[in-house]
Amino acid sequence: MVLAGPVEPRENRKAAGGRRETGKADGGGRRATALRLALMAVPLAFFAVFFAYPVAAIVTRGLRVGGRWRFGRIAEVMSDPATLDVLWFTCWQAVASTALTLAVALPGAYVFARFDFPGKGLLRAVVTVPFVLPTVVAGSAFLALLGRGGLLDELWGVRLDTSVWAILLAHVFFNYAVVVRTVGGLWAQLDPRQEEAARVLGASRLSAWRRVTLPALAPAVAAAALMVFLFTFTSFGVIQILGGPRYATLEVAIYRETAQLLDLPTAAVLSIVQFAAVAAVLALHAWTVRRRESALRLVDPGRTARRPKGSAQWALLWGVLAVVALLIVTPLAVLVERSLHGPDGYGFTYYEALRSAADSGGTFFVAPLEAVGNSLRYAAVATVFALVVGGLAAAALTRRAGRLVRGFDALLMLPLGTSAVTVGFGFLIALDEPPLDLRASWILVPLAQALVGVPFVVRTMLPVLRAVDHRLREAAAVLGASPWRVWREVDLPLVGRAVAVAAGFAFAVSLGEFGATVFLARPDHPTLPVAIARFLGRAGQLTYGQAMALSTILMLVCAGSLLALERIRTDRSGEF
Amino acid sequence: MTLLRLDEVTVRFGGRDALDAVDLEVAEHETVCVLGPSGSGKSTMLRVVAGLQPADTGRVWLAGRDQSGVPAHRRGVGLMFQDHQLFPQRDVGGNVAFGLRMRKVGRAEADRRVAELLELVGLPGAQRRPVDSLSGGEQQRVALARALAPRPKLLMLDEPLGQLDRGLRERLVVELRELFERLGTTVLAVTHDQGEAFALADRVVVMENGRIARTGTPLEVWRRPGTEFVARFLGFDNVVEAIVHGEVADTCWGKLPVPPGSRPGPGRLLVRPAGVRLTDPGEGLACTVAARTFRGDHVTLVLAPSDPAAPRLEASCALRDAPEAGARVGVAFDPADVVVLDPAP
Repeated sequence: MVLAGPVEPRENRKAAGGRRETGKADGGGRRATALRLALMAVPLAFFAVFFAYPVAAIVTRGLRVGGRWRFGRIAEVMSDPATLDVLWFTCWQAVASTALTLAVALPGAYVFARFDFPGKGLLRAVVTVPFVLPTVVAGSAFLALLGRGGLLDELWGVRLDTSVWAILLAHVFFNYAVVVRTVGGLWAQLDPRQEEAARVLGASRLSAWRRVTLPALAPAVAAAALMVFLFTFTSFGVIQILGGPRYATLEVAIYRETAQLLDLPTAAVLSIVQFAAVAAVLALHAWTVRRRESALRLVDPGRTARRPKGSAQWALLWGVLAVVALLIVTPLAVLVERSLHGPDGYGFTYYEALRSAADSGGTFFVAPLEAVGNSLRYAAVATVFALVVGGLAAAALTRRAGRLVRGFDALLMLPLGTSAVTVGFGFLIALDEPPLDLRASWILVPLAQALVGVPFVVRTMLPVLRAVDHRLREAAAVLGASPWRVWREVDLPLVGRAVAVAAGFAFAVSLGEFGATVFLARPDHPTLPVAIARFLGRAGQLTYGQAMALSTILMLVCAGSLLALERIRTDRSGEF
Repeated sequence: MTLLRLDEVTVRFGGRDALDAVDLEVAEHETVCVLGPSGSGKSTMLRVVAGLQPADTGRVWLAGRDQSGVPAHRRGVGLMFQDHQLFPQRDVGGNVAFGLRMRKVGRAEADRRVAELLELVGLPGAQRRPVDSLSGGEQQRVALARALAPRPKLLMLDEPLGQLDRGLRERLVVELRELFERLGTTVLAVTHDQGEAFALADRVVVMENGRIARTGTPLEVWRRPGTEFVARFLGFDNVVEAIVHGEVADTCWGKLPVPPGSRPGPGRLLVRPAGVRLTDPGEGLACTVAARTFRGDHVTLVLAPSDPAAPRLEASCALRDAPEAGARVGVAFDPADVVVLDPAP
């Protein structure tokens, strides 16, 4: 949709900074543009087939009745005060959640980037765990913490489940890792001497940070803020559990219309509204960050981290640890506690019940424990897809040039803002005919999961790729490296760390993906989140306990994978 | 035989000519230094030859082949960047071997060549050292070894010694010159440092605003800078309006002797500091010593003529003869160090 043929020649000229008057002596420029287009081809095809087409199909299904378009529905739904209420709430809670997350998580990003302390790798994995938990489970965990009979209620008689604070806190719980990983990843590689130079020039510690580090971090902060905003804007499970009937986001409304009221036309209109709102936000983002990213001096992160010095730094470290303990560890601990708290006191009753299909009370055809293997396999395949598609896209986007590329950049972010329910349902409706009859294939699940992983890969790799000094690439080219070799020999090693972070994200997101997978996973091959949701959907202490046990397993699987990734990363960083 | 030829090469950056119809030839085994202030287009010239910057018009020929449309990685030239641009994630050996790997040289052969080159640049056995542990001079040597490793037909150096301290620079200039002579490398270097250019080059090319202002052996350029721009760039500030007739020129410093055969008529005159001789006060041009700078082996004096309208003069004299600041002196001129400059183009 953003691609228009005639734009090309102009892009070509822009890529060279408008320096060429005649085409006689060039060849490199046209070749570079061709290369970029070739790199873009794979992601574009992927997005056309596995995103645009299914979403278009389901929207068409909703708005086309008896072979005729019913655009009147749009005006009808939009003039409904209930829709406007939903829209207003969706917007303001997303803004508030984003602001709160940044305020709470930026100090955390600093601590992770600059301080060395025992257990850092473990802690980094711990803060990432919430991010991959199914939203329904996290919602329940917060309910257990803040709701009636919850921990706060027991201790101090405080209940927050009726206020919007529960939603905001749960959003911070989820997105803490986004900020810490995206911002902290770049922060760790910024040369501290830049700030020292500013200090020597008379800047106070704070103003050196504000004038030197903050502008360098701005692209990463903007990227993180955008992601948090998109997640909270399309928030589903958390609101469903903690919002009760009072609060509903667009995504919740779409789900209710699709799955409960079977009102496909209204769901289609709401999907379009959400899509338009997200597209507007992305356009705004692209416009504001366009000129901000610049070549930075990147250094080995191992050299920038030091043990905290002085009481202020120790206080900061302890403050961050306290926030992590309260906000992230406590809900997870409640989760684990519930999984172990059986009818006859503490034990592994619920875990043992997971080993056979019979104990699931007819919820499953297979032993629920098989979901672990399914989830890992799907997530691994999805990660490969996301890395290939996102890596190619990031490589194509490295050279900033023109509107075409920016449009492409924004396009890649759209799946984050599109209703997962819509995408999952769309897959079923659209991909069921030859040549793309994939409905019976297991590959649908990783494909849908990869769709959500790609934006992470792009957003994590791009700031680092763009910060690579272009003259390093030139040095490699003069030494005989073709453009492809330059990418492999110069860019890839320098972004190796970013690739690892991106892979971790993609894997984690795929593990926790729920909205689309719930439509796509076959009953005999459930993933962990799907299995958990099925347990939660049934009444009874045993199924609830099994849901908590599976959630705990998912949490451990995720923490384990992330820890392994951290290990690989530190082992290999010296070799790169 | 001509190895490199630039044929009317022009590069424009937003309406300004970085290179303006530049013609240049570099013969095989020759070392040519392009000298010019920053912004004169000398780095752009290297980038055009390397294929990193396309020329708007004109052609680049390497060993008789037109390079239009040949991408940088197929040109087979070496380029040493101003700030070295060593690959930070590779060790010294990995950096030096890079070009060899790109040419698919076998492992054993590459290892041998890396060792040989590190030996050559005076860093034997440094293969496994990380590049960020190197001093500026060592980085410089690694960058040189990396550029030399694939045996490029043309080696280009961008401000090769720019960031190094003086002692190291002077030593390296001598080493580089010996090395290039020994290897028979063809070298095109750019620098803004005339001392470096004169010490390194067989031939010097002075650039001014994207054009070649003067070319010749170091001695030729030093003796006859040609234009006032080149003279001033070489550090000669004693330039004055003059009318030449015969072997005498009228200037505001009085009558100056000029070498026989100088072009008669109005023009500008250069007096090298060595040609400004101090005499007893009352003889020649009356001046006051305005400033005195100790240069180690000699002293540079700034002399203010008693006529305030006349420009100040720079003179160099031996340490023991140097008068104190404020002393009154007379000045005479040596025709051997007086040059009539060409009119500005």
